[in-house]
Amino acid sequence: MNEVSPITASTAGFDAQHVREDFPALHQEVHGKPLVYLDSAATSLKPQSVIDAVTDVYARDCANIHRAVHLLSQRATARYEEAREKVRAFLNAARKTEVVFTRGTTEAINLVAQSWGRTYLGEGDEILVSELEHHSNIVPWQIVCQQTGAKLVVVPMTDRGEVLREAFEQQLSERTRLVALAHVSNALGTVLPVAELIELAHQRGAVVLLDGAQAMSHVDVDVQALDCDFYTFSGHKLYGPTGIGALYGKERLLEDMPPYHGGGDMIRSVTFEETIYNDLPYKFEAGTPNIAGAIGLGAAIDYFTSFDAQAVHAHESAVLRYATKALESVPGLRLIGTAPEKVAVLSFLMDAAHPHDVGTIVDSEGVAIRTGHHCAQPVMEHFGIAATARASLGMYNTTDDVDALVGSLRKVQELFG
Amino acid sequence: MDLRELYQEVILDHGKNPRNHRFPEPHNREGRGYNPLCGDKITLRLQLDGDTISDVGFIGQGCAISQASCSTMTQAIKGKSIAEVEELFSKFRTMVTSDDGSDDLDALGKLAVFAGVREFPMRVKCATLGWHTLNQALRNEGGEAKTE
Repeated sequence: MNEVSPITASTAGFDAQHVREDFPALHQEVHGKPLVYLDSAATSLKPQSVIDAVTDVYARDCANIHRAVHLLSQRATARYEEAREKVRAFLNAARKTEVVFTRGTTEAINLVAQSWGRTYLGEGDEILVSELEHHSNIVPWQIVCQQTGAKLVVVPMTDRGEVLREAFEQQLSERTRLVALAHVSNALGTVLPVAELIELAHQRGAVVLLDGAQAMSHVDVDVQALDCDFYTFSGHKLYGPTGIGALYGKERLLEDMPPYHGGGDMIRSVTFEETIYNDLPYKFEAGTPNIAGAIGLGAAIDYFTSFDAQAVHAHESAVLRYATKALESVPGLRLIGTAPEKVAVLSFLMDAAHPHDVGTIVDSEGVAIRTGHHCAQPVMEHFGIAATARASLGMYNTTDDVDALVGSLRKVQELFG
Repeated sequence: MDLRELYQEVILDHGKNPRNHRFPEPHNREGRGYNPLCGDKITLRLQLDGDTISDVGFIGQGCAISQASCSTMTQAIKGKSIAEVEELFSKFRTMVTSDDGSDDLDALGKLAVFAGVREFPMRVKCATLGWHTLNQALRNEGGEAKTE
């Protein structure tokens, strides 16, 4: 057994066992074994309160928003806008008009690429990303590079999976117009030193977008303290529904950006000669949005903020430390991504078996992990591998889950050893 | 779900020590296969003499299922005609994808060890990657064989 003593499910002010009661999906068997869910970096499970909020929209307040005078529409509109206020407060944005609902992080990044990027980027301008980005923070910029003649420049990462200030500074240039960085790496769990990188980028006059998909539930996010220009995230990795997320943008930037999509709700008046666009944030919310999703996201934020965030983070990092030690003690196992600043993610390889085989075998033991390139093929390339197995944590995971994972990995060795 | 149904000894053996894991010389056909889901990659080369596959080999990396499937495939197709190989692929595909009892396990010989794959839908692409790559090599099309 490993030398770390198992921590109890309850660390100061946070009781993971109690939290588990709130997540109905945890209480099922898969392949005849109790489910051990270690794939929250792909999507987190949903607490009952979020499920109820979404159901309630369709069961009770089922109406379109910002349109009719009837009561149901008023209630739906009010709840949708309350959800926006909850997102604003959670991000600590200065105003609600700076919060645009999107389908998720991917759409938010594409919105900035197409609206801001096509407006302000030109031949020879540079977009700076890091080597550890998710494809959704690479491809939208490649598209806008093709459209504008701008160039994608990459900050290399270290073999531990860090993006260091020195490497970042080296790639910053007079032509850097936009910096797009993950706040937390999805494949490795690295937390980037975004505050100091943002400061450096601003000194060069560059605009900074953060991909917060993996960050929101694991680190504190305060867009004003960070002073980032854009922040993007997905609700479904924050215990909320799929298909909803948000873009935060500084008001002066959003004001000057053209709409991303045209349609209903984003206009003030339309004639065949001229259309006057609506105010922020509606200018960027064409068409009937994911109303139930936004309200569900609001419920997820209510749920998450009902806990002391520091206690949640402390619990998760205790489980991460335990898991790191436990996996390191598995013979023939190598962790990929060992940055000192990391959260919630354990990517690994086993000598005995390919990640895909590992995934199937641990699944047969009820343990759900992700295998593959995690939509971060440049990261895989850096390490000269095609794929990893990845266990990732949520607030409901305990050291028991880690023990179950380690136990299931023994089965891999039995079969393949 | 019995893992031993999937990971039979033959599969584990061929996964660890793939046969014909080399490029034959001479060769006049090449196929490249890639499974974007898991990053499995295979390059398959073969010598087609008239209608007969006289030699075949592959270099690849990937999971035990994909490598073992490609390995056993190379053994099964050497010396066979294109028509025979196409029939074999068709039977193999039926075996790993359907459970209506229509598969012809006798005709598949050693390849029948992959019958357990049908219980693991996410792994069907692993088992058929080598065959799709072979198909592409025989058609001599450019590009990469996909398992979609």
